[in-house]
Amino acid sequence: MKDSGEYQPYSYFQLMEVSLRELLVEKGIVTEAQVAATVADMRARTPERGAKVVARAWSDDSFRNKLLANGSQAIEEIGIDVPALRLIVVENTPQTHNMVVCTLCSCYPRMLLGIPPDWYKSRSYRSRAVSEPRSVLSEFGLFIDKNIKIRVHDSTADMRYLVLPMRPTGTEGWSEERLASIVTRDCMIGVAVPKLI
Amino acid sequence: MRKAYPLGHIRTPFYIRGHSGVVERICGTFGNPEELAQMRSGEPRQPLYRVRFLQHEVWPAYQGNPGDVLEVEIFQHWLE
Repeated sequence: MKDSGEYQPYSYFQLMEVSLRELLVEKGIVTEAQVAATVADMRARTPERGAKVVARAWSDDSFRNKLLANGSQAIEEIGIDVPALRLIVVENTPQTHNMVVCTLCSCYPRMLLGIPPDWYKSRSYRSRAVSEPRSVLSEFGLFIDKNIKIRVHDSTADMRYLVLPMRPTGTEGWSEERLASIVTRDCMIGVAVPKLI
Repeated sequence: MRKAYPLGHIRTPFYIRGHSGVVERICGTFGNPEELAQMRSGEPRQPLYRVRFLQHEVWPAYQGNPGDVLEVEIFQHWLE
């Protein structure tokens, strides 16, 4: 919603949200403060968290191996809280490119990437990513050589996926912080690769 | 994969039903989503697998590398 401007009546869903929230507070099931804290917590989840994980994996081989073997456990060890997130990390290599979709809805590793982009939830991405991944990637400006295999991961049930991109050449000796700055959300969904700016 | 079309909250995509794949890994056991969606307990819990399919077997007109794959999470009761 806009912070200023003309008065606009609540939409159906806004009205529903306010009514339900007020009722829950009135009945003592939750407090306003708890609701505010949860919203703040959800807003704090951004792709920077995922980028931090990728940068660590690029800098520390033993962490990288742990991450690929057991994603949830590895990110918990670096202090990222993962309730109900069973993470599978898939690694791009010179032979294989990975890409993630949820054809049934919009399953997404929110703890690491925040709220999914609208296109991730679109019918077009969801249906085409599994049947013509190469055309979809080219529309994102990513052209995958025919000699490179594409692995598409359809996130249909309880697992969540993060793509571990390849570390670009020319980043030798970079700090984790600097490395993280080139890892975008799209790189971790697999529709882009990190580039030196 | 079973080729069945029951009603309800099914986490097995239509496009993959009836196709054959190879188990890539076992993910553990989870409450059955078809039961959970009906507000039931989800018991018995079902083992969940990641199954790998060859793209050109799933989509006959598929263009790309013959080794391109699609990996989907499938509950055990959908395998046959």
